[in-house]
Amino acid sequence: MSTLPLLSLVVFTPFAGAAGLGLLRGASPAASRALALIFSLSTLALSLVLLGGFDPARTAPQFVERHAWIAALNVNYSLGLDGLSLLLVLLTGIVTPVALLASAKAERDSRLFGALFLMLQGAALGVFLALDFFPWFLFWELSLVPAFFLIKLWGGEGATRAAYQFVIYTIGGSAFMLAGFAALFVATGTMDFNTLAQLAADGSLAQKLAAFGGGNWTKVIFLGVLIGLAVKVPLWPFHTWLPPAYAEAPTGASMFLTGVMSKMGVYGFLRILWPIFPGPLHDASCWLLALALGGVVLGAWSAMRQTDLKRMVAYSSINHLSYCLLALFAVSYATGRAGPSSEAAAAALSGTLLQMFNHGLSAAALFACVGMLEARTGGKRGLHEFGGVRTAAPIFAGLCGVAMFSSLGLPGLNGFVGEFLIFRGVFGLNAWAAAIACLGLLATALFLLTFWQRVFHGPRAGATTGVFADVQPGEYLTLVPLVALMLVLGVAPHLLTRLINPLVTAWAGHLTLP
Amino acid sequence: MNALPWTIYLSFAGSALALVAGARSAANARWVALLTALAGGVVSLFAAREFTPGPGLQTIVNLPWIPELGIRYHLAADGISLTMVVLTGLAATAGILFSWNIKDRAGEFFALYLALIGGVYGVFLSADAFVLFVFYEIAIVPKYFLIAIWGSKNREYAAMKLVLYSFAGSAVMLGGLLWAYGAAGGSSFALNDLAAAAVNFSRGDQIGMFALVFFGFAVLAGMFPFHTWAPTGHAAAPTAASMLLAGVVMKLGAYGCLRVAMPLFPVGLAFWQPAIAWLAIAGILYAGLVALVQDDFKFVIGYSSVSHMGFVLLGLAAANSQSVAGAVLQMYSHGIIAGLLFAVVGRMVYERTHTRRLVDLRAMPLHRLLPFAALTFVIAGLASMGMPGFSGFPAELTILIGTWKTSPLWALFAASGILVAAAFTLRAIQVSFFGTTDKSVPASAVDHRPFEPITWAEKAGTVLLVAATVYIGLKPDALLNWITPALNSPLFQAALKGGTP
Repeated sequence: MSTLPLLSLVVFTPFAGAAGLGLLRGASPAASRALALIFSLSTLALSLVLLGGFDPARTAPQFVERHAWIAALNVNYSLGLDGLSLLLVLLTGIVTPVALLASAKAERDSRLFGALFLMLQGAALGVFLALDFFPWFLFWELSLVPAFFLIKLWGGEGATRAAYQFVIYTIGGSAFMLAGFAALFVATGTMDFNTLAQLAADGSLAQKLAAFGGGNWTKVIFLGVLIGLAVKVPLWPFHTWLPPAYAEAPTGASMFLTGVMSKMGVYGFLRILWPIFPGPLHDASCWLLALALGGVVLGAWSAMRQTDLKRMVAYSSINHLSYCLLALFAVSYATGRAGPSSEAAAAALSGTLLQMFNHGLSAAALFACVGMLEARTGGKRGLHEFGGVRTAAPIFAGLCGVAMFSSLGLPGLNGFVGEFLIFRGVFGLNAWAAAIACLGLLATALFLLTFWQRVFHGPRAGATTGVFADVQPGEYLTLVPLVALMLVLGVAPHLLTRLINPLVTAWAGHLTLP
Repeated sequence: MNALPWTIYLSFAGSALALVAGARSAANARWVALLTALAGGVVSLFAAREFTPGPGLQTIVNLPWIPELGIRYHLAADGISLTMVVLTGLAATAGILFSWNIKDRAGEFFALYLALIGGVYGVFLSADAFVLFVFYEIAIVPKYFLIAIWGSKNREYAAMKLVLYSFAGSAVMLGGLLWAYGAAGGSSFALNDLAAAAVNFSRGDQIGMFALVFFGFAVLAGMFPFHTWAPTGHAAAPTAASMLLAGVVMKLGAYGCLRVAMPLFPVGLAFWQPAIAWLAIAGILYAGLVALVQDDFKFVIGYSSVSHMGFVLLGLAAANSQSVAGAVLQMYSHGIIAGLLFAVVGRMVYERTHTRRLVDLRAMPLHRLLPFAALTFVIAGLASMGMPGFSGFPAELTILIGTWKTSPLWALFAASGILVAAAFTLRAIQVSFFGTTDKSVPASAVDHRPFEPITWAEKAGTVLLVAATVYIGLKPDALLNWITPALNSPLFQAALKGGTP
């Protein structure tokens, strides 16, 4: 292990960039953009170093940094990285620069934009790497600030309301999560994720919680943490903030919100809720499965009803993220029951992790595509306002098509692998849930194909009739990396699964309740 | 440590000097005031360096004053007083920096201001109930003049209301103290002696005395439903006075509750505990919801202060080491943050735009015209809504932890209070500074910059306060290491254990 505090570097380099941009008053827009891009690329560069030193066979956190911080609350500054974190750090490293590039032209005041974006990146990385609740929550809340201003200041007509709603929903959830962790601290004297997970695994957490107010309060604490995370993902029916927020945000921010920020919630489910509350989660899994199915089916069906392309992609995000939760809840449901194999659980869990990564790529690419449509037509993004884009801009249509089919789950592209594994796993664990989720698949195919047909096929119509440029050199930089990864990971998913397999196998091996 | 009383003497000396200097020029008075406040702050920081945290008050001065009545001039400090003294030094210095533009009768203004500060230091250092009461009254009188002379709209009404509430509260409190003094044999006003004697009081007496003393002090802490003086007073006061009012004067009330009422009458505390907690929760939620619909910018901040002081009172009511430590941390935190909020609203915005109505501010692209003020308000607002990284967060977390130990239900209500605080703060941020976004702003409106630029004094004050909240936000141990040992004193332990030693 190297002596460099690598993980701290990963987290704080973007913040340093943000501070630098904040101080460089005279920087020209071009210079600010370049600086922001360079700092945002630091994550990718550093994650390559991490990849070099990362040992997939070890399931415990690696590159651990741990320093005493607040004695009174027994808080440590504690960072660590396992396969799950590594996957998300990589995703952040890829999506952020691409999203910044996507906003390069359109956004005024690029110094502030870049600084806020880097803050957002740093906060997301902090969430993926922190192992103690205090630093984790710090980054979790901190991410709201730049997101709020990115939506509010650079967003569309309804941005004010959308940004306010987004932040209030999330803080509302977080407040109850905070209360939940206050209670955990009262019972155990620690807020360290791993310690709490160990206490939960040997059953002593339940006893300690029961000592403070009885069994029902344990449920309340679980519910508090659950709500905090469910709002963020979002789990249906806590999703109502999402479509306006994603639709009103500027393109780059939408890409980051859906690509990276929505993963923070799923990450929380995997890192916090499941390990610390295995019992309560199991007890609630029946209901939660229903909610996740609601997200899968209704998310897709709502997307079908949208005429605004951005809202359509936003609803499809709800659908895609609900698959992740569906798989996790199915695993929790099957825990401790006779029958289901740990093989199915492993499939479902690795499907979840892959789906997080893949959805990050495909949803970000789709938002980039809608952004490019908007940029060419003065902000139009109605489903019925285009036609025949394929003839006007064949390359654009090709790249966008790949993103769409990846999102749809076409075999050979990355999206397929994750969804296939999830379905494979969930069928083994709870066949009914998998059967119902198929309705969502159907609807997804319907709305994405409608999108494809209305906008790209047919005669040139609506906003496409005039001049409609194909992909510009700068725009290649946004789309090509994402599309290339979709193709590569579609054929060679083991590039990612190699990193997470031992971790997932270890998770699936402990499917007993304390 | 032994230098601490000098904070009091220096403030009163500076007050007199400012009056003299102000007769010549406003600038002289300003500098006298600034140097005095700085000196007080430096003394408190030096004292803090020599301070060894431990249980119990460490006596600094103890001289006979009125021997016939057993009154002694007794000053002492523990980690809690020290925290409040440091807060006072910071808030006083910042307040002067934000009243740098006072021209009208500057000498008198700063003289009253420093007298108030002197009184506040005195309260925090008193170990004798009578001395504490005297300093408490000294702190109330200058407030009246500061608001009535230099205040804005509605100032006479606000000043009168504030002083009537304060005096009514302190009269009730004095009644309770005299009752205890009499029942203890009338030989001493020292807090320790009163507490020792109180053990033998009947339960009914303790309950009555506690009610008088606690609720008397709680009026000044802005406890619901006795809070209505606070928003009107804050709104009408000149900037520096609102800063002090919210920053330190409301703390006098909470400090009195903690220092006098709780340790003296633990049995009374145990009886009144649920009532206080529910009133505190009502204050947190009610004031927060009222803040959500205010149109006057200063009223938003005024009600937010009431809401935040509700957390302090809830921490006191939950009555365990953690919740009370959190309450003291919240006193510090709110003192700094409320000061910053009032500085932005009263000084940076109102004195330039001459309006505090959110409807009017909404129409101005203020984040372009006053970017520094906007940034400061965003930081202060985030700190105020309990964002991690600022002092409010460890304070609220510690209070939540402590409250959960006593009653999970209270903790859940307090958590919803955090949500309400986020809602009204975010609304204030977006309506006031970001009401008009860039797209709709004509370039000309931004180019000719209708407002005078932010002065160095404002910037210095901002940096001071932001540093104070961020430092404690990242290193709450710095204060908790003073506060927690202080709560181990026998007096506090008796209070926290409901009177069973």
